[in-house]
Amino acid sequence: MAHNLSPQFVTRVLSRYGSVVMLAVLIVLMSLASKEFLTVHNLTNVARQVSIFAIIGAGMTFVIITAGIDLSVGSIVALTACVAMTFIDRTEMDFPGIGIGIVIGAFCGAANGIVIARFRVPPFIATLAGLTIFRGLSLVITDGLPVIRFEGSFRFIGQGMIGGIPVPVIIMIIVVVVMQIVLRRTAFGAYVYAVGGNEEAARLSGIKVGWIKFWSYVLCGFLTGISGMILMARLSSAQPAVGEGFELDAIAAVVLGGTSLMGGRGTVWSTLIGALVIGILGNGMNLMGVHSHYQLVAKGVLIVLAVLLDDYLNRRR
Amino acid sequence: MPNSSSSSNPAVHPSEAVRSGQSAPGRNGRASLVLKNISKTFPGVQALKNVSFDARGGEVHALIGENGAGKSTLLKVLSGAHQADSGTILINGRKTVIEDPRAARQKGIAIIYQELTLIPWLSAAHNLFLGRENEFGRILIPLAEMNRRATDELKKIGIDLDPAVPVAELGMAEQQMVEVARALSEKAQFLLMDEPTASLTGREIEILFEKIRVLRDSGVAIVYISHRLEEIQKIADRVTVLRDGEVVHTGPVSDVTLSDLISKMVGRPMSSHFPPRTPAKGEELLRVEPVPGNTRSRAVVVHAGEVVGLAGLVGAGRTDWAWRLIGAAPTKGEKILIAGKPADIDSPHKARALGIGMVPENRKDHGLVLARTVRENISMTILDRLANWCGFINLANQSNSCSLYVERLSIRCSNDSVECGTLSGGNQQKIVLAKWLVRDCPIIILDEPTRGIDVGTKFEMYKLINELTQAGKAVILISSDLPELISMSDRIYVMHLGDFVAEVDSRKTSQEAVMHFAFGYFEGATHGP
Repeated sequence: MAHNLSPQFVTRVLSRYGSVVMLAVLIVLMSLASKEFLTVHNLTNVARQVSIFAIIGAGMTFVIITAGIDLSVGSIVALTACVAMTFIDRTEMDFPGIGIGIVIGAFCGAANGIVIARFRVPPFIATLAGLTIFRGLSLVITDGLPVIRFEGSFRFIGQGMIGGIPVPVIIMIIVVVVMQIVLRRTAFGAYVYAVGGNEEAARLSGIKVGWIKFWSYVLCGFLTGISGMILMARLSSAQPAVGEGFELDAIAAVVLGGTSLMGGRGTVWSTLIGALVIGILGNGMNLMGVHSHYQLVAKGVLIVLAVLLDDYLNRRR
Repeated sequence: MPNSSSSSNPAVHPSEAVRSGQSAPGRNGRASLVLKNISKTFPGVQALKNVSFDARGGEVHALIGENGAGKSTLLKVLSGAHQADSGTILINGRKTVIEDPRAARQKGIAIIYQELTLIPWLSAAHNLFLGRENEFGRILIPLAEMNRRATDELKKIGIDLDPAVPVAELGMAEQQMVEVARALSEKAQFLLMDEPTASLTGREIEILFEKIRVLRDSGVAIVYISHRLEEIQKIADRVTVLRDGEVVHTGPVSDVTLSDLISKMVGRPMSSHFPPRTPAKGEELLRVEPVPGNTRSRAVVVHAGEVVGLAGLVGAGRTDWAWRLIGAAPTKGEKILIAGKPADIDSPHKARALGIGMVPENRKDHGLVLARTVRENISMTILDRLANWCGFINLANQSNSCSLYVERLSIRCSNDSVECGTLSGGNQQKIVLAKWLVRDCPIIILDEPTRGIDVGTKFEMYKLINELTQAGKAVILISSDLPELISMSDRIYVMHLGDFVAEVDSRKTSQEAVMHFAFGYFEGATHGP
């Protein structure tokens, strides 16, 4: 089959691996445009930047496969960072502080999940409310002021290296691998697809649809908590305004990976690719000296093009 | 789990311990599902009247009937989606209550619905064992083992496909076989199939039939619901005919001819009254030529002052045809002439501009904005006329034109500012009609206009149709109610598998003749074209 380059075959490959092709093209373009792009230093830098929203994106992938959405992740980043940093600042217990931050993230997700699964509030509305509530709580806890700490072992998870690889990147790889396994190899993963792909059929198969949705949001909050901790450690600080707009980058990563917002399909792996596309596009434009205002425009255009391409390929199949 | 049987039924899954709730097969060793005197009433209509029906292991039992004869209600009673008002269900001789779809599955009843219930982007193996993953492992599913068992289950019914492929990438027949395999892997003794060939091609149908025969011979009881009578002759052993919720015939297929079956199905009593029609055929308003090259289908011609009926079975393609005509679905290449001039209708907007209005079958989803008022809904089609050059709506005109039709159609609402969602079905239907009357469209398509509305409103609707044609408008009437179609139309086109295969004069035809054409069976039709 592989040697037979019929149009159907090309379409099939493109639609399945479209995001990988897009990433490859982007890498080639960027390395042609800038000599600095393909250096170890630069690529490490990109990977570190990407790790934060790739981890959130992994959780977002679960939520979006159930045909839901989580708009509150940016605020969860802020709340987890503010709570953990305040705790660390007062007690100097670094790793318990990080644990608390991650648990808070899971609780935020649980709050979203209860409102959505139990009270049947549409996910867009429920997490929009979460977005302002968690942001508001961050302001309450910090009184609107940044909490800064330039020392402490907690910084390791954001700034440390193991064998020349930044710790956030290692965490990202672990998260992506584990979450991909959860999605493809566990009953829970199969139920996530089932709920998003055909909710009624899932219910008739005896699946507790509400629980699956609930745990998807918990998982998303939990992973967002991990991202919040990495960001806090990287910045050596927490402030209530941090993480604004992260939900959009995370959703963009999921969508660029080819996951449908209608639910029922997608993989964590493709979300990682989507996150890398966004990260490399931004980095490449930085290297080329493109003004950040134009970068936003370019990112938006890329998202629309990617979705149109995906739609076109799906219709051709 | 109580083990009620494992030895007495060697034909059906010999090695399987029977699961909870499942009873032993009858004394003669065959699985049996017996319905006795089942009745079911919905508000305003008795869907099933004292229906007795049985399915036995090793037999394919076909269930046929006109649209609305009660087949789907019967299916829903068996699946646990509906509860019968009276009557008993016996499974393998034991009295049973089917509380819900889960209970039905546990009792060994599996249903393959027309719309498949698979999860599109999960693999065939995942779909086969959905909800039963703990048979494989507590946390991680050993995919290799799951795929191997899926392959086994599929091989049992003679299907050879890669169980790791997402079902969305399989053909329709393969998807259907995955559903069948899933049902059987759940130890189903009774397999109910609702129009299983509706989306299959000829070759796929042959494969399905082969598999059905294999299943039958292994002792599964199969209930086969279909509109395609020739299939029933091929695959079924016995046939039961439902008419108006009653069993009118049960017996071996070999004892009856196709013609007999059709005669048994039709003959719904002419109980409703119809106002007399005085046809006043004017000039040609609409002509739809079939797709070039399609010699089976004939042109549909509609004249001013005429009611043209479209007959056909559910799924014959009447609604699809109408949607294509108004540009709501992509055209297949039919040539449309309006008042003799070729028209290229690619959107409902265009159709409206050319004077075609449509009252769709599903008024709640396609006809009305339920959360808006009567006035807003009626005026929706004429907002372009009510608005002045900078887009402001002339509220006085809006109100006047709406109250005119509220009165003319005697739409019962306290005032025209109430939300449409609060009104009865009959009144809602009148509002959808009013939308197109207020636009003054010369051609109006009515898709099942009297479904689910009371007798009084039906009569009003008929009188309105007559008024419309007297005023020189043309009506295209799609209806599955044959007496209504024959009494209200001047001419009837009969559709079969997407083609208009016959045209009959409604004054010279009978329900039986129309049904013969609708089933694609021409020899028995007494009044041919």
